[in-house]
Amino acid sequence: MAIGETIRNSQIWKSIFRHPMPLDRRNRIVVMLTNFFLHLHPVSIKKQGIALSFTWCMGGVTFFLFMVETVTGVLLMFYYRPTLEWAYNDILALRDVTSLGILRELHRWGAHAMVITTWLHMYRVFLTGSYKPPREFNWVVGVILLLLTLLLSFTGYLLPWDQLAIWAITVGSNMARATPFLGYEGPGQQLLTIGGIDMITDKSDARFGLLGARFVGEETLNRFYVLHCIAIPLVVALLLAIHFWRVRKDGGISGPL
Amino acid sequence: MHADPFFLSDVAGFLGGYFAFLAVMNGIFALVLWRSYGQTGRALVWTVFAGAMMILSSLALSGSPSLVPALPDGVRGLVNTLSGPVLYSLGTVALCTVLFVFRSFFVRPMVAWTLFNAALVLMGLSMADQNFALIVMKPDNVPIVGLVFLLAFFTWVATKQAVVNDERIARGEPPMEKLDDEKVLVWPDLVYTELICMVAVSAFLLVWAICLPAPLEEPASSVKTPNPSKAPWYFLGLQEMLVYFDPWYAGVVLPSLVIFGLMAMPYLDFNKAGNGYYSIAERKFAYLTFQFGFLVLWITLIILGTFLRGPNWNFFGPFEYWTPYKVEVLNNVDLNQMFWVNWLDMPLPRAAVDAPWYSRIATVLLRESPGLVVLGLYLVALPPVLAVTIFRGMFVKMGFIRYMVMANLMLLMLSLPLKMALRWTMNLKYIVTIPELSLNF
Repeated sequence: MAIGETIRNSQIWKSIFRHPMPLDRRNRIVVMLTNFFLHLHPVSIKKQGIALSFTWCMGGVTFFLFMVETVTGVLLMFYYRPTLEWAYNDILALRDVTSLGILRELHRWGAHAMVITTWLHMYRVFLTGSYKPPREFNWVVGVILLLLTLLLSFTGYLLPWDQLAIWAITVGSNMARATPFLGYEGPGQQLLTIGGIDMITDKSDARFGLLGARFVGEETLNRFYVLHCIAIPLVVALLLAIHFWRVRKDGGISGPL
Repeated sequence: MHADPFFLSDVAGFLGGYFAFLAVMNGIFALVLWRSYGQTGRALVWTVFAGAMMILSSLALSGSPSLVPALPDGVRGLVNTLSGPVLYSLGTVALCTVLFVFRSFFVRPMVAWTLFNAALVLMGLSMADQNFALIVMKPDNVPIVGLVFLLAFFTWVATKQAVVNDERIARGEPPMEKLDDEKVLVWPDLVYTELICMVAVSAFLLVWAICLPAPLEEPASSVKTPNPSKAPWYFLGLQEMLVYFDPWYAGVVLPSLVIFGLMAMPYLDFNKAGNGYYSIAERKFAYLTFQFGFLVLWITLIILGTFLRGPNWNFFGPFEYWTPYKVEVLNNVDLNQMFWVNWLDMPLPRAAVDAPWYSRIATVLLRESPGLVVLGLYLVALPPVLAVTIFRGMFVKMGFIRYMVMANLMLLMLSLPLKMALRWTMNLKYIVTIPELSLNF
């Protein structure tokens, strides 16, 4: 007890936490205003809005799973090498010999769970009519985040470089070659011909842009790796910030007007 | 067929635990009914049920494969014979309709609990079938089983509150959510909930990760194509649509429309009621449209694509062996063929090889005229007709542009079930076929 008090009275502790423990009403308010991680929240909130049967917690769980994916993903990046030579072997080693290889399980199941919780979050927001004014735009941001969640999962699906991975990505990306006008098997691409030279071929169409090659190969692995680890997470992080900001600005947590 | 003699003894341990879990769950449920609610009669019924689960559990663990509880072969055969894409699709629509129409009955806790247990028992009995277990236990398919139960649970949670609110609103009272406008401090009321949530999710994820290894198949080989080749499970609804449409529509245009339609929703739904509380009666049109798109089209097609589509994307019953040699008759006919050849008894219009370009275009238009007329009527003529008939009130409130966007999104969404119905009843392949432009619809 005495040690705890000494620590809490030390200059270091007081420089981090500017006020006493949140045990009384005043300090419970102050903590929300002075803590960086907590200031995302309001100080007080509609009791009804945080009832479990009303809100289901699915948005928060999705955000938590995104953080789990980030942490486990960064740790996996230390180990995994996205090349044809090493990708499969590294995953094999994660399964069989590496300590903490369970990080891969956490990452994969967390990703599946995140897709599901995103859908459930959208489902709740729809069923309570919370997309209605003034929250229309935040619903739009949410739909983009839903799409990006699926793309994150899709790009990550390729990285183990096993049969499951490349054929799932092959089937998924084959759609892109049927893009109207921009896919070489798509409707209307015949019209994009200048002086007898086809503009859209299997080396210049939408699928090529996605895969970086005509088939799922090393270029695709590199492209999906960068999209999965850097590009999409950055965009998601930005949109998440906007999403949370707008929850506060558009009338707070949902509930009857 | 290709039965593994050790399968039943392998799965027995899992089933023993599974039924024991059901027994404990219902035992606790009975105890709560008895002690907290004083419902002795009901508690007794659920105690008996828990006892039955205990018996199933001991049968599974008895060490004799012949005693493992399973669905009788006759039932499994019947389910396999009866099931097909048509029955599956119509069946799920019928099921959702019944659940929706009689929702005030189905949301009663006792009814919902009975259904939940029935589903779990059916699932357990099915797991003793090797073909069923093989597909459901595939590591990447496990999340879908979770998704189905979670969706059922949350739909129940939401509908239960909506039924109460709708009754209150009908009596002129405010919804339950409006009764309590008390405010609480975020610390501790929300922050603690969040912390508990994080701990629970972490624990759940850890147990999942320990119990179920992530899948890792053979190294990638671009020459060995697996049969069936499937996209990740959340895209299997789209892959299933490829049965009815070409990739440009099923894989590119329709998904884009789904995203666009979702984004457009708040701007199309002009109904001010039902904002911030569960309600169905106040927003029936929006509710039914969304549920049709989400539960009926998106979710059930994912289930169909994952569990019931085997080699060559053929349909297999839940207890059927996925043989790559299953033969399915493909006798689908294009609409132009039906119109010119079958009905008018004429050859398809064809331009001469040296015909000028305008004559060739005219020939294509003539050849495809039946399909183009059908599509024109559907997409161009139908929205205005609906605007002056059944959607009259909506058209007046929404205005021209919003109404047109809504009507077209709606018709394009309905293009999928309509094409399915045409395929099943008329063996129709394409309504419009223009190979000159790779354009088939």
